[in-house]
Amino acid sequence: MNAVTLAVSEIQETTLLAGRTLREAVRRPYYVRDIIHQMDVIGVGSLSIVLLTGLFTGGILAIQTGSVLRTYGALDFTGQLVMTTMVRALGPVLACIMLAGRVGSGIAAELGSMVVTEQIDALRALGTSPLKKLVWPRLVALLIMAPALTLLADLCGAFGGWIVATNILGVTSQTYINTAKSALNYNDIFGGVLKPFVYGFIIAVVSCRAGLRTRGGTVGVGRSTTQSVVLASILIIATDFFLSKLLLALGDMGFLR
Amino acid sequence: MSDAPVITHAERPRKAPAIEFRDVHLAFDDRVILDGISFSVQPGETKIVLGGSGTGKSTILKLALGLLRPDAGHVFVDGVDISAMKERALLEIRQKIGMIFQDGALFDSLSVFENVGFRLSEQDATLEDIEDAVRRTLRFVNLEDAIDKMPNELSGGMRRRVGIARALIGSPKIILYDEPTAGLDPPTARTICELAMKLRDLEGVSSIFVTHRIDDARQMASEFVTIGETGDIQIVHERDDFCLVNTRFIMLRRGKIIFGGTDEELWASTDPYIKAFLS
Repeated sequence: MNAVTLAVSEIQETTLLAGRTLREAVRRPYYVRDIIHQMDVIGVGSLSIVLLTGLFTGGILAIQTGSVLRTYGALDFTGQLVMTTMVRALGPVLACIMLAGRVGSGIAAELGSMVVTEQIDALRALGTSPLKKLVWPRLVALLIMAPALTLLADLCGAFGGWIVATNILGVTSQTYINTAKSALNYNDIFGGVLKPFVYGFIIAVVSCRAGLRTRGGTVGVGRSTTQSVVLASILIIATDFFLSKLLLALGDMGFLR
Repeated sequence: MSDAPVITHAERPRKAPAIEFRDVHLAFDDRVILDGISFSVQPGETKIVLGGSGTGKSTILKLALGLLRPDAGHVFVDGVDISAMKERALLEIRQKIGMIFQDGALFDSLSVFENVGFRLSEQDATLEDIEDAVRRTLRFVNLEDAIDKMPNELSGGMRRRVGIARALIGSPKIILYDEPTAGLDPPTARTICELAMKLRDLEGVSSIFVTHRIDDARQMASEFVTIGETGDIQIVHERDDFCLVNTRFIMLRRGKIIFGGTDEELWASTDPYIKAFLS
């Protein structure tokens, strides 16, 4: 199989996996307990790294842009710049890339290990669909937790920017908060939730597919884990470009005001 | 080679075979795994599948479970053709079948209780019913004490026995064994074979027993389990006046069946490959 055929086949298989999983959603059992467990593993387990990422990203944004804003006498707009950049772009992208690294790799490794130790075959042999039992709870958990974590990362980013702005750049707290609040419109908030929702879907589908197609023992598990993180991260960044363009276009057309 | 049972026409079972393969072909890319395999397992019969590594023994089990689909030919379970069946329908067919994997394939994150009771918990059985069935099945494999252990706390033999217990929940009438004694010491391997014999002789379970260990084959084909006068379970050797007919063999080589018949026919075979394999 050449590279093009392989790529097309992979896209086809990944799309089929996503489609079949969504189709399973309407059938019993719903695995609510598994979904809650995955939300705990994915959400609570990733909270610290996502919050730290947001906090330092906000701080870095304030530091890096502060000197430029000072040149134009626009230092008071630090809050607006940090908030807009965090909510529109960096918050969703960085939080979800961290999720792809921590959660996506874990999912690929776990499912890959289950494949090589025949646990997936055992599951099917016992009359249980691996898509429903394993993929569905992870997908739902990521669809819920990725936006939630991103919103918290955005808030931490704003807080990190506030620390730098008030302690290093000399911006007053009230000015920072006022400009940060005025920076956001409905379009930004909608985009800030939609983007991580889409990225959560990407992480779940890519990592589950990588895990379930694992071949070749423990070496294969390592390969699947790496592929899952790399592919999910690239897809998140590429999708961010197109989603940003789409959201801006919708905003310009007046759909999201 | 023909694999017709050695029984009279009058005694021929009227029920559909528990499992039947009809001219099954399977290849992975350019590598032919099975090349026109045909055989059947009658209700209550154990079919022992022999052959070297990579001859397609485990593939037969995966085809019988619908985990793989044949490139050509048909696989029947209880008279139903599962060759082209959709996954959703196959999940229901698999409820009738128990599969014992080579290394147990226990779910790492679940305890022995949860592993063994998995099938029932998926069917929304009550906790009391699950516990009752799990304890009864673990007692059958002599592992009731391990009910709260995790798979990583079990020895190889215990993992296989938990795997057997998990396969037995729901009382499936067909059991598939994928080299259940591989890598085990002889006494533990013997215990596993005795469990398979108990299922065959006391429960009337139909099964395919894949192995490359001749000792397992000899034991399965020459001993049987019966209930003694005092109600105890006894293992008895077949005698000159009592020949075990519910256990037959097939041997695979290069994707084809090169032998099908009874243990006596197998030991008497003059085929050089079979003789070398048995020695």
